[in-house]
Amino acid sequence: MKEETHIVSSFDEELTRLNNIISQMGGLAESQLISAIRAVVKRDSELAEKVIVSDLRLDNLEQEVQDFVVRFLALRQPMADDLRQVVTALKLSNDLERIGDLAKNIAKRSQVLNQVPPIRPVQAIPNMAKLAQEIIKDVLDAYIEGDAEKAQRVWARDQEVDEMYNSLFRELLTYMMEDPRNITASTHLLFIAKNIERIGDHATNIAETIYYRIKGEDLPVDGRPKNDAANFAVIEPSDGA
Amino acid sequence: MAVVTARAMTDGTSAQAPKMAVRKLDLFYGESQALYEVDLDIAEKQVTALIGPSGCGKSTFLRCLNRMNDTIDGVTIKGNVTLDDRDIYDKAIDVVQLRARIGMVFQKPNPFPKSIYDNVAYGPRIHGLVNSRDELDEVVMTSLEKAGLIKEVKDRMAEPATGLSGGQQQRLCIARAVAVSPEVILMDEPCSALDPIATAKVEELIDELRSNYTIVIVTHSMQQAARVSQRTAFFHLGKLVEVGDTDQIFTNPKDERTKGYITGRFG
Repeated sequence: MKEETHIVSSFDEELTRLNNIISQMGGLAESQLISAIRAVVKRDSELAEKVIVSDLRLDNLEQEVQDFVVRFLALRQPMADDLRQVVTALKLSNDLERIGDLAKNIAKRSQVLNQVPPIRPVQAIPNMAKLAQEIIKDVLDAYIEGDAEKAQRVWARDQEVDEMYNSLFRELLTYMMEDPRNITASTHLLFIAKNIERIGDHATNIAETIYYRIKGEDLPVDGRPKNDAANFAVIEPSDGA
Repeated sequence: MAVVTARAMTDGTSAQAPKMAVRKLDLFYGESQALYEVDLDIAEKQVTALIGPSGCGKSTFLRCLNRMNDTIDGVTIKGNVTLDDRDIYDKAIDVVQLRARIGMVFQKPNPFPKSIYDNVAYGPRIHGLVNSRDELDEVVMTSLEKAGLIKEVKDRMAEPATGLSGGQQQRLCIARAVAVSPEVILMDEPCSALDPIATAKVEELIDELRSNYTIVIVTHSMQQAARVSQRTAFFHLGKLVEVGDTDQIFTNPKDERTKGYITGRFG
């Protein structure tokens, strides 16, 4: 993405600053997800509380990006790739803020989970989260490096998250049927898994936005099979239940 | 000519044959070359904006379209410019008639030192377009109406045009151009001497005129080009670098030089 500098040097400085805020938001969203998952796995309510409180920083940064972009559009009237960069930043900040909200929700649910006995499917959560976190990291790298192909590859990986969610969904249904005492924990875990799945969706949004920012056209959509089998999953109670 | 028309549509955006077509246009001021092999189609009833840094040849190019460069000593032109498939540099063409078909509005409003009425009536009179005073009145009123000026001047038609504000004068010049029923209107930075309100009025007018006339506008304001035109052509160092739909040129230009210019990165 390196290119000639603008004649007005403050133009470049402002764009760099905007990029920095987005990178900062990306790093923060990623670390919020990691901490929230750790709070689930380690049953650490204190850490969960920290995640909940820290979400405010992402909210503030999103607000900062919005103010910045509105001001920039009014004063600079950017064109072509500059325009795409500024509009893209606005969209990215939105997705990253949402990722932060979902991580916060995971943290809140972990506090509830900590009050009931642990159940086994919890172990699937960190794997799923790790994948989502890798996707966020790669998509942010694609942003910083201006690598459209990388963004496209990341975009295709969301399917793996969807698949993990589907299998966890089935597993949790089975658990709930086996013993109604599992329902509270299972339901919260299910929402946690759903949150991670949503985080993956936001990461694909980000990938699409980055692709547009670099290429000036939409990412070709005919590649990614949307695996939403969980929408149709039914587990019949077995005779013994 | 058929060959030229066929390859004219390479970018595939205009469906019908262009109103004007320029092919391999070279222009020299004495020894020095100002335009190099310019190929451009001007689509009918659309606004085509010409943009580029100062000295890139866009105004020179605009003036080729109604042979305004004929009056400058030492200018040599090679290549082909057609209006409705007819070569405008053909010896048989009457230049005065040609300029009635292809009108022009300049950077600085240049009303004649006459009354508002006479400014607009001038063209129809000398071209003999009207047979009676009533008919002339009619043409003057319609032209002023088309130029969005009628409300402001209808009670002061006999007053000198030089008493109007800059923006009004420019719209008067547009009314004057419209009065001879041209097919094409060339505008050379028509708003550069106007304030934002007057500029907005002229831009609004350009948008309305588009339904009846083919318009080519040279502008230094990128935002203006983006607002008023459907097609944009970028000139640099006497060459046509890129031409395309205005939307595309300003959001996703293909050529690095276009991008450099419109984003303010020119070295």
